[in-house]
Amino acid sequence: MSSYIETPNQSRLNRIWQSHMAYSFRRNPVAVVSMAVFLFIAVTSFLAPLIAPYNPYDPAQIDIMNSEYPPAWAEGALPEFLLGTDDQGRDLLSTILYGTRLSIIIGLCAVGLQAFLGISIGLLAGYIGGRLDSLLMRLADIQLSFSTLMVAIIFLAVTQALFGSETFNRYAIFFLVAVIGVAEWPQYARTVRATVLAEKKKEYVDSARVLGFGPMRIMVRHILPNSLSPIFVISTVQVANAIISEASLSFLGLGMPPSQPSLGSLISSGFDYIFSGSWWITVIPGIVLVVLVLVINLLGDWMRDVLNPKLYKG
Amino acid sequence: MFAYLVKRAIQAVAVMFAISLIAFAIQGNLGDPLRELVGQSVSEEVRQQLRDELGLNDPFLTQYLRFVGNALQGDLGTSYFFKEPALEVILKKLPATLELVLGATVIIIGFSVPLGVYTAIRPDAVLSRVIMALSILGISVPVFLTAIMMIFVFSVEWGWLPSFGRGDVVHVWGYWETNFLSLDGWEHILLPSVALASIMLPLFVRLIRAEMMEVLQSEYVRYAKAKGIAPWRIYFIHALKNTLLPVITVGGVQIGTMVAYTILTETVFQWPGMGFMFLEAVNRVDTPLIVAYLIVVGFIFVVTNTIVDLIYGLVNPTVNIARMGA
Amino acid sequence: MSLLSVRDLTVKFAMREQTVTALNGISFDLAKGERLGIVGESGAGKSITGFALMNLLSRPGYIDSGEILFEGDDVVQMKPRALQDMRGNRMAMIFQDPMVTLNPVLTIGEQMVETLRAHRQLSREEARQIAILKLREVYIPSPEERLEQYPHELSGGMRQRIIIAIALLLDPQLIIADEPTTALDVTIQADIMELMLELCQSNQVSLILITHDLGVVSQMTERTMVMYAGRIIETGSTRAIINDPQHPYTQGLINALPQQTKPGQRLKQIQGTMPALGRIPAGCPFNPRCEYATATCRSQIPPMSQFAQVQVACHEVQRLQFEAEANRKEELA
Repeated sequence: MSSYIETPNQSRLNRIWQSHMAYSFRRNPVAVVSMAVFLFIAVTSFLAPLIAPYNPYDPAQIDIMNSEYPPAWAEGALPEFLLGTDDQGRDLLSTILYGTRLSIIIGLCAVGLQAFLGISIGLLAGYIGGRLDSLLMRLADIQLSFSTLMVAIIFLAVTQALFGSETFNRYAIFFLVAVIGVAEWPQYARTVRATVLAEKKKEYVDSARVLGFGPMRIMVRHILPNSLSPIFVISTVQVANAIISEASLSFLGLGMPPSQPSLGSLISSGFDYIFSGSWWITVIPGIVLVVLVLVINLLGDWMRDVLNPKLYKG
Repeated sequence: MFAYLVKRAIQAVAVMFAISLIAFAIQGNLGDPLRELVGQSVSEEVRQQLRDELGLNDPFLTQYLRFVGNALQGDLGTSYFFKEPALEVILKKLPATLELVLGATVIIIGFSVPLGVYTAIRPDAVLSRVIMALSILGISVPVFLTAIMMIFVFSVEWGWLPSFGRGDVVHVWGYWETNFLSLDGWEHILLPSVALASIMLPLFVRLIRAEMMEVLQSEYVRYAKAKGIAPWRIYFIHALKNTLLPVITVGGVQIGTMVAYTILTETVFQWPGMGFMFLEAVNRVDTPLIVAYLIVVGFIFVVTNTIVDLIYGLVNPTVNIARMGA
Repeated sequence: MSLLSVRDLTVKFAMREQTVTALNGISFDLAKGERLGIVGESGAGKSITGFALMNLLSRPGYIDSGEILFEGDDVVQMKPRALQDMRGNRMAMIFQDPMVTLNPVLTIGEQMVETLRAHRQLSREEARQIAILKLREVYIPSPEERLEQYPHELSGGMRQRIIIAIALLLDPQLIIADEPTTALDVTIQADIMELMLELCQSNQVSLILITHDLGVVSQMTERTMVMYAGRIIETGSTRAIINDPQHPYTQGLINALPQQTKPGQRLKQIQGTMPALGRIPAGCPFNPRCEYATATCRSQIPPMSQFAQVQVACHEVQRLQFEAEANRKEELA
């Protein structure tokens, strides 16, 4: 009997993954190229300690005398710095590789936190319903009416002022993940809740309940698999947004410190030198950031087309 | 109608209450008002006496109520740095920020509606594909990067437009000085407005396109065609109104987001608005100013959201405001 | 001369993987003032026929070939502007679900006035007066007030009356009604049908009534066309079709009516379901469900031929007739 209940979900998932999705992926050159570029950026940045020519975190390898050398193809460049050096004399290529790794890690962790909070709250609200549901959804409305970036700026600004910049800088990565992670839970919660409400009415949930499965098991084993496609689509877009948010916060000096720069802080430190002609410190990490976010957004677009989930609309 | 207004007002007050609690907590824990007042070199005895006088030893509730009472009278403390009432400091900076938001909003509305409608009506046209490709690029470039790139191109490389400040502003009324009454003012506000609009515009184009395409698939649009209604009337009377209803709700939320983005644009362009001031206040640990900013911005959010909800209720005939309060 | 003459109308749907044929060489005529019923299960191509007549198929559907001569003009070849002038004016349509047909953000008045002004040089006030008159004709109480209301303020039955009034606004030659009562309460269905019949008769309007309900067809129409999997399989006077159907499918439909079943007996359902577009079998499309199917039925598409009082597309119609005759004799004996 239990196999009768579970097969529809699992086989459906399998089908999506094995045929439809893979097929449309192969047929879509934009998706293939985006995926290739994303994998390239992700793999090289995660292998940064192995492939980067220098270690930007090691003061012994940094010489301030080397600062502001242009990229190798420009006039007056040093051949050992392929993309030039930044204002502190760090090799830009290495710094970008390490910075990209940080940006991706923060983006993924923040979205992981969002998803965890949002899915739990959404399942709870949808399954239990009633007063709890309306309270949580009202909270979600209010939370969404405040922009994430605004909340994050104020939270981080106050935290920084409270702890002093030294302590703040040490734990900046956790603060960033926490604030971006907490601020966006309603995105998930609303969609998951909507799916739960739709699925709750269906027969297999009833039969699972009749068979005496607890609410926890019903939610995780039976309802959650049906929310997966909207969750996938939201997650891609959210990772792109989280990376942008992190970059913006770091740019404002409320995120990763210059000693341990993410792409945003790197762009920020280069901004002061753009008027004196050292454009590459800003422009090159800027291009990497845009390409990274762009390919994730393109993948998200493609996924939305393929999975065509019912997303929650305001 | 009345019941709905009351319900909406209660929610607004509840949110402001939450904001005031947060603001109060920040005020109580961030920085030391005594040090700002008398410096370090005062004996512990005098300090205690001062604490008593300032009411810092009062019970929590008394302090909070005093905070709220003062706030309601417009007293949000005195800025440590400017030595002026914090609210006044902010109100002086408010017009600059609002004009920036206004400029960006005009750009967003002016471009997103025609572009969104066009791409929805002609989804296969080459121009539509170009617009959609540009829009996904647009949402992938952070606002501050757009701003930097524009400065790099238009100010540094080509030297066409100024890269910072408000330029020649014309005094209008009270604290209000405007950019819109002088050529120099226009030149200064152009880049910052475009930068601020840069991420919201593609978002709106995509939103309007998606909603419009859905509406064009609807049965009532097909029915309008079956009645022999002219295409322009189907697009702009039958479809656009239905398209814009959900856009209004999302748009309201985005106005709030835009206030956050002013912090980024103002920082890049050194635009003398609230956002730029706020970051300076953070660096100086100017607690009263931080708290005042929080409350003013919170207030702006609550007011715009409430207004947007009311407008939605008024524009959408299927929402019966009179009954929504029940 | 007939008002409407459809010849070899073929409609296809260009799906992502393949192009499927939804209507397969449909031909029929309609005289002025005549009322024709199109019956069949859902998916048989009834609604597609209706929309094709207006040249209003939505993507991915399109008219592949054939002609639709309406008052001498070929609707298939018409330019957008000519189509716009024809629709709602000479040929009007009543949609299935009144709850989603009217635009939710426009008042009833706006939606009526715009229709009139799209086809006639009228002032707003003149158009309003005509709208009020037409609302009276469909027995809508206090029509002046209705004009100011939005669709969601009215019941489904009321909305369908308004849609009928809109269809009559410009005194069209032909009204196509696509399952006009399916979405309504059973209690109002009969009222709406009666209203339509009355208005068609008094205004001398031709009607094409698309429905799955044979009862409605027998009450409303003079001629009936039975469709199956994108083809016409039987056509003739409504009385002949109801009383003496020839095609096994039509017989099955009629036998499945509750009136044909004695108390305590099971409803006689036709076994199986209609094939999806793109999975239509070779030969007679009905053959997998037909108890009389032969090898010929499985390989050759049956042509239309006159038999008894109807036109029917069935290879085995003679044998069927013979067996039925034999059965009847047996029963008598």
